[in-house]
Amino acid sequence: MMVLILLVGIFQSWNIALSIFNLCLISAVMTMGANIQWGYAGLINFGIMGYTALGGLAAVIISVDPVQEAWRAGGFDILMCLWLIIVMVLVIRFILKNFEKSKLRTYSIAALIIAAIIIIRVTAEPGIEKIEAVNPATTGFLGGFGLPIIFSWIVGALFAGGLAFIVGKVALGLRADYLAIATLLISEIVIAIIKHEDWLTRGVKNVIGLKRPAPYEVDLQTTDWFINLVEKFKSSKLDLITDLSERQAALNQFVIEGSSIFVKLCYSGLFLVVVIILLILTQKALYSPWGRMMRAIRDNEEAANAMGKNVVKQHLLIFILGSAIVGIAGAMLVTQDGLFTPGSYRPMRYTFLIWVMVIVGGSGNNFGAILGGFVVWFLWIEAAPISMFLINFFTAGIPETNAIKAHLIESVPYFRFLLMGLGLLFIMRYRPKGILPEKIEIK
Amino acid sequence: MDLINAIILLLNYIFIPGLTYGSQLALGAIFVTLIYGILRFANFATGDMMSFGTMMTILFTWYFQSLGISLGVLPTALIALPFGIFFMILYMLTIDKFVFKYYRTQKSPPVQFAMVSIGVMFVTQAVVRIIIGPGDRRFFDGEKFIIKAREFKEMTGLNEGLALKSTQVITIFVTIVLVSLLFWFLNKTKTGKSMKAYSDNEDLALLSGIDPKKIVLVTWVIAGILATIGGALYGLDKSFKPFTYFNNMLPIFAAAIVGGIGNPFGAFLGGYVIAFSEILLTYAYKKFFMYILPESMEPEGLVQLLSTDYKFAVSFSILVIVLLYRPSGIFKGKVL
Repeated sequence: MMVLILLVGIFQSWNIALSIFNLCLISAVMTMGANIQWGYAGLINFGIMGYTALGGLAAVIISVDPVQEAWRAGGFDILMCLWLIIVMVLVIRFILKNFEKSKLRTYSIAALIIAAIIIIRVTAEPGIEKIEAVNPATTGFLGGFGLPIIFSWIVGALFAGGLAFIVGKVALGLRADYLAIATLLISEIVIAIIKHEDWLTRGVKNVIGLKRPAPYEVDLQTTDWFINLVEKFKSSKLDLITDLSERQAALNQFVIEGSSIFVKLCYSGLFLVVVIILLILTQKALYSPWGRMMRAIRDNEEAANAMGKNVVKQHLLIFILGSAIVGIAGAMLVTQDGLFTPGSYRPMRYTFLIWVMVIVGGSGNNFGAILGGFVVWFLWIEAAPISMFLINFFTAGIPETNAIKAHLIESVPYFRFLLMGLGLLFIMRYRPKGILPEKIEIK
Repeated sequence: MDLINAIILLLNYIFIPGLTYGSQLALGAIFVTLIYGILRFANFATGDMMSFGTMMTILFTWYFQSLGISLGVLPTALIALPFGIFFMILYMLTIDKFVFKYYRTQKSPPVQFAMVSIGVMFVTQAVVRIIIGPGDRRFFDGEKFIIKAREFKEMTGLNEGLALKSTQVITIFVTIVLVSLLFWFLNKTKTGKSMKAYSDNEDLALLSGIDPKKIVLVTWVIAGILATIGGALYGLDKSFKPFTYFNNMLPIFAAAIVGGIGNPFGAFLGGYVIAFSEILLTYAYKKFFMYILPESMEPEGLVQLLSTDYKFAVSFSILVIVLLYRPSGIFKGKVL
């Protein structure tokens, strides 16, 4: 796999190779999250998109500087609403705990929720309007805490875990395929909220220019040690050029190229650290007594239950853990892009593709998950060049003006779907356990 | 007079669009429910299969248009439909032969089927996009309106106009005919009854001499008819775009589950439940209240329960609530 990425580096450019590598790492983290749920516990979670988006939201909330004016304009109303929501939840909990289950209780809770939603809307409306009116072209939202963006990786995990707690509480009792549909739909709801609550996320107006954990290219290009470093690396090429001004121009070119590669390398380093830490943790968990218990629950729920294992609690736990890992990946993704675009979260890319990775890589095997993330992401990106090559190869005899050939070349970007679908179908058929199947060592 | 105005307003903006959208969802939901009840899996390729059928219909519509064949006031797509259905069924049977059959003979768990259907979804999406492209296509021709809002106003002298698009009428009419034929088939014919038996208890059905191959074939044929017609009606009414069809899968699933999955009649009603709740909850009632309330009590805001951005979210929330409190759906009862 690394060889393939190196090949891209040599043939296309190092910049492309590194961005593929970084996204491979992020995909690997997402896949590990999904793999924990599916491979360890057999829980099917089609809501990966929602958790990814929540991780991204965490990145925004943590790193953006607070918009003081917006807070002054509508902060009080929003806090008031938050408080109302907490009160509502507490009241419902109180009712659920202290009253017998009955029709009256169900209806009164429903009435309570509807009343609360109306009250909250009435309180929030003026605040939201005021916040969105504050300089709508650049801010128009509350902003965040202005902390370094790295923290958001943890907060993203917390957000996603929190959502998973709620989802797990309500949906985990469902049958496998119902659970899949329910999680898919819940994630759509999450995306709808993120997209349309402009006061929180700027919605489809996107948040751009987030802080970075890595230096900026522009700064690097003027830093002395970096220029010296590039000079040292490229000295063999630079020495060939004798003319001084030409040499300077070549060096500048190298510095500009080098700076973006350097920044990407910084990200790769950070992501690699996350992947390695997660890998160690998940491997440890897999071979611990807890991992054995999870497999026991997966393979025979009733037997595990009879042995005194709390199946419901463990399912909830693993649902939260897996989703939290996906949340980390979501925050990492936004950190690397430096922008948050709620409109770009689509189930195809963030749920189904991740599932292809899990199945192809091998469910229940962490290395398989990472491999799946790498292979599938690589193919997803490189599918267009590959199919372009194949089309040209097979239609070499046909003139360029042929309508069918032109049409095929025009639709090259969609061959990636075909490739993914066929890949998934073949793996499911001939290697249902994935490239690296689960192997259980008894130590 | 104000009261009539208010009623016309609701008819125009809620009732007719709801009925149309509901019919489109209902056809898709019956498709999902049939596959679930007889082949026993949640078909994630639903939306894309519908877009495949629609694409075929569009291609034939273009072909007929180039030949100069048309139906006058009716859209040409109606003649193209049978051809679209034919290719849709062919495509479904091919996929069934090469993909689903293997898992059926293996008796794989439903989850595995669902995963496989995701593979089919990817492939179908690719096929549709490669053939027709991802763009927005309109293929409607013929007379657009039956009643125009302005004409209605002039005719009745009311303030509110009632517009009736021909696609809306066609949708509702075709749905009624198709669904009644389908229920007649399921309840009265021998094949329909054996499908029911197969869905209720596979082993018993096999013992009593029902041919599973025939059941599967008939199911795909019915599914192909439903998918193509449902998709084409949606495309005629709005427009054809592969991505929208993929997204429509979600409310269709919602409709099928709300109605009790495996139960075609439930799915049929579920489509309307979803459509009407989406529209009712996101409609701004300001004008309605302006008509029926005295001037002093006129509302200030839009009187909208949820903003239209949350249209999809409404149906999903309904589904989640139904799943939690009544996982077997609102209209449970006999399965299929």
